[in-house]
Amino acid sequence: MEMMSEDPGALVPELALLGAAVLGLLAGSWLPRGRQWLVAVLAAAACLTGLVATALARTRPAETVFGSYAVDPTTNAARLIVLVALLVAVCASVDTARGHRRETEYWVLLLLGALGAVLMAGATDLLLLFAAFLLASIPLYALVGWAATGPATEASMKYYLSGAFAGITMLTGVTLLYAAGGVTAYDPLRENLTTAAADGRSMPALAAVGLVAVLAGLAFKAGAAPAHFWVPDVGDGTPAPVAGIVTTIPKIGALVAAFRLLPGAIPAEVVDWPLLVAILAAVSMTLGNLAAFLQTSVQRLLAYSAVSQVGYVLMAVAVASRTPQAGPALLLYLAAYALTNLGAFAVAAAVTTPDGPARTLDDFRGLARRRPVLAAALVVCLLGLVGTPPTAVFLGKLAVFTAAVDGGTAWLTVLAVVNTVASLFYYLRWIAPVLALDGDADATAPQRTRPWAAATAVAAAAATLVLGVGAGVALTGLPSLLVTP
Amino acid sequence: MLSLIVFLPALAALVLLALPARLPDRAVVGAWIAVALADLALVVAAWLRMPTGTAFAFEEQLPWIPSAGISYHLGVDGLSLPLLAMTDVLFLACAVFALRETRRVRSYVLLFLALQTVCLGLFAALDLILFFLFFDLSIVFMYFVIAGWGHAGRARAAALKFFLYTFLGSLALLLGFILLFLAARPHTFDIVELAVANPLAAGGPYAGLTLLAIGVGLAIKTPTVPFHTWLPPAHTEAPATGSAILAGVLLKMGTYGLVRIAMPLLPASWRQYALVVLLVGVVSVVYGALVALAQSNLKRMIAYTSINHMGYVLVGVGAAGLVAAGDAQARTLATTGALVQMVSHGLITGALFLLAGVLYDRGRTYELGDWSGLAARTPRFAALFAIAAFASLGLPGFSGFIAEFQIFTGSLPAAPVPVAIAVTGILVTAALFLVALQRIFLGPLRTPDAPGTPRPLVDLRPSELVAIAPLLALATLVGIAPRFLLDLVEPAAAALNSLVAG
Repeated sequence: MEMMSEDPGALVPELALLGAAVLGLLAGSWLPRGRQWLVAVLAAAACLTGLVATALARTRPAETVFGSYAVDPTTNAARLIVLVALLVAVCASVDTARGHRRETEYWVLLLLGALGAVLMAGATDLLLLFAAFLLASIPLYALVGWAATGPATEASMKYYLSGAFAGITMLTGVTLLYAAGGVTAYDPLRENLTTAAADGRSMPALAAVGLVAVLAGLAFKAGAAPAHFWVPDVGDGTPAPVAGIVTTIPKIGALVAAFRLLPGAIPAEVVDWPLLVAILAAVSMTLGNLAAFLQTSVQRLLAYSAVSQVGYVLMAVAVASRTPQAGPALLLYLAAYALTNLGAFAVAAAVTTPDGPARTLDDFRGLARRRPVLAAALVVCLLGLVGTPPTAVFLGKLAVFTAAVDGGTAWLTVLAVVNTVASLFYYLRWIAPVLALDGDADATAPQRTRPWAAATAVAAAAATLVLGVGAGVALTGLPSLLVTP
Repeated sequence: MLSLIVFLPALAALVLLALPARLPDRAVVGAWIAVALADLALVVAAWLRMPTGTAFAFEEQLPWIPSAGISYHLGVDGLSLPLLAMTDVLFLACAVFALRETRRVRSYVLLFLALQTVCLGLFAALDLILFFLFFDLSIVFMYFVIAGWGHAGRARAAALKFFLYTFLGSLALLLGFILLFLAARPHTFDIVELAVANPLAAGGPYAGLTLLAIGVGLAIKTPTVPFHTWLPPAHTEAPATGSAILAGVLLKMGTYGLVRIAMPLLPASWRQYALVVLLVGVVSVVYGALVALAQSNLKRMIAYTSINHMGYVLVGVGAAGLVAAGDAQARTLATTGALVQMVSHGLITGALFLLAGVLYDRGRTYELGDWSGLAARTPRFAALFAIAAFASLGLPGFSGFIAEFQIFTGSLPAAPVPVAIAVTGILVTAALFLVALQRIFLGPLRTPDAPGTPRPLVDLRPSELVAIAPLLALATLVGIAPRFLLDLVEPAAAALNSLVAG
């Protein structure tokens, strides 16, 4: 049985994010515009504090704090992934946010959104899950609209409206599950639903509708079909770093939350959620891929690719209760995906044309000649998203496929294989112009360099290779990642 | 030692990458030649020190991802060492041939060095994931070779088709590997441990599905009919060296996978479906030869003869599974022939593609109809091409004869009618090579008069001669004195057959 406590010391990473957000907001009100970068430093410091605290806490026994928040290996892994992703996102955003008159807001909103993602991952109570959902959503609506350009405002509006709809649906789902099970905490809910089913007085339809409604909220946060309609507009309408953030960080929280909620609170014999999630996975990966095929805007392409990638992760969720390999597979995939996706968006942020940021595939023509290192980083990240060894996502895919086959959903694995091949097509559509020789000869034209985004992209690409080759070392060093919750 | 052999080219690539970009092209290619020579010397040393017996030699094992049963595990035996040697010989030939390359030489050499490491690594890998890693990277690097240095225009489309098609194959392979992994207790990806535990020795539908996944994956790479359609465009559009490596080394990865993974790890299913393999082989032999006969483009023709030649390998390994018919000695003979055919095809087809590259260099076309009467003007080229063509069609005295003779003798008792049909493939191949020789080299002199062909017709240059002649010399050596190769291959083939026979 897990320990229960009310020890705030177990929540250092969360408190560090919250503290940095509050401090940053206060400090930002007084700092002159030229010195608002201090808030970014504060955010990075909070990430590092959280990472150190997580590393120190990984040997602690699993416990539930404040009755509704699990601090166990899964949460620690989610913290680790979110914090590293946040650190990468902060570095990739420096060029975009630096010197902007709303710079402080950028960092604070980012911190709060990441905090919401971490809380979703650890929540063991539907009410906390919903609160975390709101915390992961509302700051990000504002962040998407932060640039205050036409497309950004439209994206923000769309994101907000679908988010509000998803939130209401999710809250309804929480209510229905409460009606079916009498409680909102996961473990008792599961027991109540099981006993009710055993006594023959259960209302499976009630629980099923409630679960579907809650999943709608999580699918919205993860950008999974059928709640993915905001993803392309947000991905395309915002500056590249913001697009990278909203397609990565909340996803980590939502998918870990689903992984905790489904096996933890809903008995599969009451609602056949493995099938439900498997179908969501199949639809997500297929729709995302088909839609990405003929995109010409790189950010829209990456956004649809993000939708399809959620499908692969959902495969691990679908077999969560059937194989012990699902947990490590999920976390490994999320870690690899977060790094790779942020790396790809960082490349998009780093490349500029004389007219502004590079947006279309054509803007990348001849990049290999102009900036070979950055082009190499892009190729590594894109082949990483395909799942080519020795990148990290390959190991993630291997783990997820293995878990799915072991969990008895071989059909889903075959579909994922077909989708992976299909996805190669549109990633190559981006790689081909990068390597083209007939790029514009105007390479000497003055361009705004974006050194932070470029350095982040290269570092992220290198990290995916290191994680791919040295995964054994990484996993041996962090055995908690492999302990199945 | 094996790690050094495998990673020496990659190390050289890293050093080249660190050196300033102003390095002259000749120096870069020179460095590649030196590295290829050194690597070949290492392989020859390993061959000389190879212990007798069928155990793996020069084994190296390091934990990689122990929790998932994945390790960095290298080792060679009689199945893989000849292929390692053939790979190094072919890369050396390509390095010498590349002395005449002028387009972005530095990136070109870096790419080929990386490709060499990947090819060597695949043949030395004793872990399924390591194998898969090299398998997939070979596709990625070859994609860049074709897309970056192929003939302008359609190269990118051909490269895309190649990448998509073979990537599908690699993922099917991965699926099969996962099934193997899940079948073993404890779960492992290690080929040696899997062969010892042999979790699917009993066959059954699960093993059948595993063989299907692995078989389709490898069949696409080999390629066999009906999975061959990526091959002709990829070969036609690739640069000469790229074609030579693609045909000489990359195609072997498919058949090598069969003898290294599918046969020993799924013996019961292999026996069950051996006739299917053999028939697919026969169809590839006949279909490949007939379609090659109909080509007017020299490179496409050679590409289709590759399908024909790889079909012989399938006939040989398929016969190994027909345990009920034929005796053990005959089956071993067929397997030995299949293994020799892999080496032989690498040498001969490598030479043929390089020769086709010479032709293209002189006239910017592969069309047979654009050339005539070259024998008088380019005697060295004509002689080498004739030798390569005769070697390829299986004339006694060349390695192809040793291989095909053993395959047919060994598999005839097992499946007389299909094998008799396959023999006609040799006849068609002979016809098509003779026709090609006649059209290009005999008759009145005619050279293409297209734009971009200003230079006078010159015979083989020294670098081209030095690149191609040793390949044919080796093919002749294997054809005349094959013992040095057979001593290594035969015990391995016998061991493989006893595993398959259960």
